[in-house]
Amino acid sequence: MSADTYRVGPFEFASRLFVGTGKYANFDLMKASLDASGCQVVTVAIRRDVLAADGKAKPENMLDYLDPERYTILPNTAGCFNAEDAIRSARLSRELLEGMGNPGAKWVKVEVLADKKTLLPEPVGTLQATEKLVAEGFIALVYTNDDPILAKAIKEAGATSVMPAGSPIGSGRGILNPANIELCLEYLKEGDPDYPVVVDAGVGTASDVTVAMELGSDGVLLNTGIAGAREPVRMARAMKQAIEAGRLAYLSGRIPKKRYASASSPLEGTIGQ
Amino acid sequence: MQVRINGKERDVEAGTTVAMLLRELDAAPQRVAVEINRELVPRSTFEETFLSEGDTIEIVTFVGGG
Repeated sequence: MSADTYRVGPFEFASRLFVGTGKYANFDLMKASLDASGCQVVTVAIRRDVLAADGKAKPENMLDYLDPERYTILPNTAGCFNAEDAIRSARLSRELLEGMGNPGAKWVKVEVLADKKTLLPEPVGTLQATEKLVAEGFIALVYTNDDPILAKAIKEAGATSVMPAGSPIGSGRGILNPANIELCLEYLKEGDPDYPVVVDAGVGTASDVTVAMELGSDGVLLNTGIAGAREPVRMARAMKQAIEAGRLAYLSGRIPKKRYASASSPLEGTIGQ
Repeated sequence: MQVRINGKERDVEAGTTVAMLLRELDAAPQRVAVEINRELVPRSTFEETFLSEGDTIEIVTFVGGG
């Protein structure tokens, strides 16, 4: 069997898990969790640097814990609530990654959020930011809600990948509307079966990842599901296996759901007939 | 002269470049990206980009995120 790889723009990956680097108790735990997850893509955010004059101890730099040979870094525009800030954030990230020589320099996970309570995507700003970033040469992976119509519009705006949310960021509620994720997949892959669709956000446990993969997603992006688990490294291993289980189940073709039972053992020749 | 760096007012000497500012603030040039007045300052121009009175400067780095 040939390797089951997939492409996102110029990149080819074998692992279908994208893992975030936020919320770990410490960087050693983050590093061990990423390792156990088998991921090849890690997401990062940008924030103001802690400067010497701030009077605080300079924190360790996360980059010292990310092997650049192993991981392609996908910067997000998290925390941006309008298209302009998302574009600024993407430019800053590109500059940082170019300085590090990381291949992730050309891509960005576009997030334009509506409000702090739900962290749900703001659709108009998301679409505007996508158009502008694509025009600037970015490879845009775009976080959106599970609306298939909007997903298609984002693809048409030039997104390299659309990333529909399973449920709100960090909520751990899993895939709330599998029927909509299925429609997103159908619309995005119509006549373009290799178009990458990565379910992003809301994963609480391994079965959520499996569900997303069974529906035919190309990958899953998660962060809190691992970082917030009581034992993140063990959960990372669970997520790795969940991705593989879901992918294999999707490729194998599940049986149709039936209303009534269908015996596995022959009904002919039973004793006492 | 007064500039605003990461949201705080600071006093810097006239003739300060971005590279000089980063040294003064103990920020590693390879680990930060810089904006002045919402415009990206490419790393290759840190040495020759001078700060001006009233500039708003952002100095950012990568942190954990999903």
